[in-house]
Amino acid sequence: MTFDNYKKDFPIFSYWASKGKPLIYLDSAATTQKPQHVIDALDDYYSHFNANVHRGAYELSQIATDMYEESRAKVASFINAPEPESVVFTRNATEAINLVAYAWGLNNLRKGDEIILTEMEHHSNLVPWHIISRHTGAVLKFIKLNDDFRLDLESLRENLSARTKAVSVVHVSNVLGTINPVKEIARLAHESGALCIIDGAQGVPHMPVDVKEIECDFYAFSGHKMCGPTGIGCLYGRYDILEKMEPFLGGGEMINEVYPTTSNYAKPPHKFEAGTPNIAGAVGLKAAVEYLEKIGMQNIREHESRLGDSAARRLADIDGIHIYRPARNGTGVISLAIDGAHPHDISSILDSEGIAIRAGHHCAQPLMRALRVQATARASFYIYNDESDVEALAAGLEKAAKIFKPRERAHVIK
Amino acid sequence: MSLSDLFTEIILDHYQHPHNHGVIENATQNSRGYNESCGDDIEITLLVKNGIIEDARFSGAGCSISQASASIMTDLVKGKSIGEAKRIADKFYAMVKGTEPSNDSEQEELGDAVALKGVSKFPVRVKCATLSWHTLEEAFKTEGKK
Repeated sequence: MTFDNYKKDFPIFSYWASKGKPLIYLDSAATTQKPQHVIDALDDYYSHFNANVHRGAYELSQIATDMYEESRAKVASFINAPEPESVVFTRNATEAINLVAYAWGLNNLRKGDEIILTEMEHHSNLVPWHIISRHTGAVLKFIKLNDDFRLDLESLRENLSARTKAVSVVHVSNVLGTINPVKEIARLAHESGALCIIDGAQGVPHMPVDVKEIECDFYAFSGHKMCGPTGIGCLYGRYDILEKMEPFLGGGEMINEVYPTTSNYAKPPHKFEAGTPNIAGAVGLKAAVEYLEKIGMQNIREHESRLGDSAARRLADIDGIHIYRPARNGTGVISLAIDGAHPHDISSILDSEGIAIRAGHHCAQPLMRALRVQATARASFYIYNDESDVEALAAGLEKAAKIFKPRERAHVIK
Repeated sequence: MSLSDLFTEIILDHYQHPHNHGVIENATQNSRGYNESCGDDIEITLLVKNGIIEDARFSGAGCSISQASASIMTDLVKGKSIGEAKRIADKFYAMVKGTEPSNDSEQEELGDAVALKGVSKFPVRVKCATLSWHTLEEAFKTEGKK
């Protein structure tokens, strides 16, 4: 199957090429580049339709409100949410998870209750629970990794009990690219009477996601990792749960009536959207969804895993390389280490060739400890990458391996 | 911006064969420094007597720049007073931010550390080069606590 090269839709590539410094961007797991279609949508909104939403009784405000709510409906249909009202706009996946942790966790967890997380979580799905567990006395448990960088579901079954109140897991690991069996995890969580929360920051941008099919209770993701603007993200929540939840932030737009000492709240999703929201961001996210839908999420999934597989095969030849990626069903994310060459040094060497990768702990320090590494170098492919990028990566890594090849001690004069 | 400015032979040699690597058991001062963005983690232990650094060692893990810098730094400060070490630190910070050593005596004072001059052309790596020096200055503040 062929996959069109979509690089031409992203103006950042022609910009750097025109400066004589072509950009090979392999850091899409951190944030993706933006297609012209999304940039135009932001420009169009600010140039022609800017007004505050859900407030003004004038035409422009109504247009802006319609555009904002149409964006919600578009995102809802993209992840097959049962209704647009179950999609709350947030800043990003991190804020979406914090919303659940604070608005649900703080009010529903008691001392001795248990939350099950995994060893491969991003800090965004760890630190909020650390805070909540400190406040409530709830206990955190962890699903372990097996030798193929996958979750050991046996350790989930062992940890589940009547004390389990939530199972919160990453859909796709930002380090390993492992796709977790979230439908199975949601089923097991529900059998124990626990909620299932999914961090989908690396899921929605890269594959078809259907929250109704997964049957999760919450699903969080970020717009900027799926061709959308920064500062807009989403929380899908089961509507009946959202209705029962306390608000997260208080302020304008989230209220029904306000008296000097009390107030009552709007219905979800607006109950969770205090203050003027990121209207342009929502409009831009809708444009991003339109753009991705035109390519097709299944096509994107297959394209990325082809590049990931190809990279894993090609890079395996490099002296002293270690690859942290499941043998089967991987994504376009590939983490690696080279003996003697620190990931930060690898990144500098690749940078000198115009190749952008991520080096470090990837906001997943517990995972780094589980893998017994201090840091990894990570390349992540997206729709604007192709085989030539895999080759450039391989050549850059070969150079790094050569520079850091063990050598005899020189006679340094002190 | 050439890679050979960053990964000089002297840097690679200190990285692969570090000097003063380890922990001083009867240290008078110690401090641990982290580089949050990349995970560099360094511990400096010192043996200071009458204001003179009699021994300095480092342990931990990190990139070539942070490790080589620590190796060079411990060589440089051994036998110096705390005041002298602080003065060299200031010269080092200035150098990796782009100020050339002004004369031969300054160059001599910085010794192998001059090999880290190229870091100034790689702004994202300045923190790697200065981590051990900042950690050293933190260790000075622990005097008397141990």
